[in-house]
Amino acid sequence: MKLLFELFITFAKLGAVTFGGGYAMLPIIQREIVEKKKWATEEEVLDYYAIGQCTPGVIAVNTATFIGQKKKGIAGGIAATLGVVFPSVIIITVIAAFLTNFAEYAVVKNAFAGIRVCVAVLIVNAIIKLWKKSVVDVITFIIFLAVTVLSFIFDVSPIIFVVSAAVIGIIAKNLEVRKKC
Amino acid sequence: MLILLLKLFYEFFKVGLFSVGGGLATLPFLQEMGNRTGWFTTEQLYNILAVSESTPGPIGVNMATYVGFTTAGVAGSIIATLGLITPSVIIILIVALFLKNFKDNKHVKSAFYGLRPASMGLICTAGIGVLLITLFNIDLFKQTGSFTDLFSIKAIILAAVLFALSNIFKKIHPVAWIGVAAVVGILFRFGGA
Repeated sequence: MKLLFELFITFAKLGAVTFGGGYAMLPIIQREIVEKKKWATEEEVLDYYAIGQCTPGVIAVNTATFIGQKKKGIAGGIAATLGVVFPSVIIITVIAAFLTNFAEYAVVKNAFAGIRVCVAVLIVNAIIKLWKKSVVDVITFIIFLAVTVLSFIFDVSPIIFVVSAAVIGIIAKNLEVRKKC
Repeated sequence: MLILLLKLFYEFFKVGLFSVGGGLATLPFLQEMGNRTGWFTTEQLYNILAVSESTPGPIGVNMATYVGFTTAGVAGSIIATLGLITPSVIIILIVALFLKNFKDNKHVKSAFYGLRPASMGLICTAGIGVLLITLFNIDLFKQTGSFTDLFSIKAIILAAVLFALSNIFKKIHPVAWIGVAAVVGILFRFGGA
C-alpha cells in the first residue's frame, strides 16, 4: 500500500512539472525515476519510449503505466498512471472554470515562451545522456542516424521506424552469432 | 447526465485507442469528434490546445479534461480523462506482462538492441523540432526575407546560458531551470506580449 501511494505521489509530481508532453518529461524522469528512486534504468526508459511510440495513447501515460507495473504489478501501473494525470485534471478544470482566457494573458504567454526554451535545452541534455546507452556500435549508430534524418524529413508514423529497427536488430545479432561460429 | 457521461467516456476511449504516438496525435480525432457531437467548435479546440500547451501535463490528457469539463462539468473532466487513458493502460499492462516473460529471450534482446537507437532518433527529431520552433522565427523570416528576423536572439542567448549552467551545476533539479526560464520569459517579454 505504501509503495502504491509512493508511485502515485511521485508520478503526480512528474505530471505537475511536465510542460509540453511526453518528450519534455524525459529529463524529469531521468532525474526522479532513474537517479533518485532507481525504479528503472536509462535503457528501460528508452525501451518504454519506443513502445509508447507504437502503442495507442499518450507517451507520458504509457511510461507511467510501465514503471508502475514493474514496481507493483497491475495495481502499481494504475496508481502511477492516475498519479501522472491527477495534476492535469485539477489544473485544467480550474482553468476551464475560472480562467477562460488563460492562454491570452501576457504574463502566461511570456512565461511559457521562456519555459519552451528551457524544455528544448533539457531535452538536448537528456539526449546527450542517453546517447551512450543506446548507440553502442556502428550498427546502432547507423540506425540512430537513419531514424533521425528520415523521421525529420518524412511525416510518417513512428511505428514504421520502431518496427524496422527491431527487425534490423534481430537480423544483425543473428549474423553476428553466425560469424562467430 | 449519466448518458452524457457514458458518451464522453466512450468517445474519449476511442480517441485513446486510435491515437498512436503522443498527445498531438489526438488532435485530428478531437476535431472529428467536435464536428460530429457539437460539443465544441474547431476554433474552441484550438483555444483548448493553446491552454494545454501553457499548462503542465500531457497534452492529450489536458485536452480530454478541458473538453470533458466544458461538456459536463467536473464529473465530465474526470470521466473524459479516464476514458482517454483506459485503453493505453490495458494495452501497456499486457505488453509489460509479455516483456516480463520474454525479457531474457535472445530475439527480444536483439530487437531492443535495434530499438533503442531508433527510440533515440525519434527523441532527437522531437528535440530538433522544439529547438527550431523556439530559437528561430521561420514564419517571420518567410514574410520579411530578412536574416535578422530569422533568429530569436533572446531565445538563443537564454538557451546557451541555460545549457551551460545546467551542465556546470548538474546537481540542480531540472524544474529549477524551468522556473528560472519562466521568470526570464516574463521579465524580457519572450512571448512578445
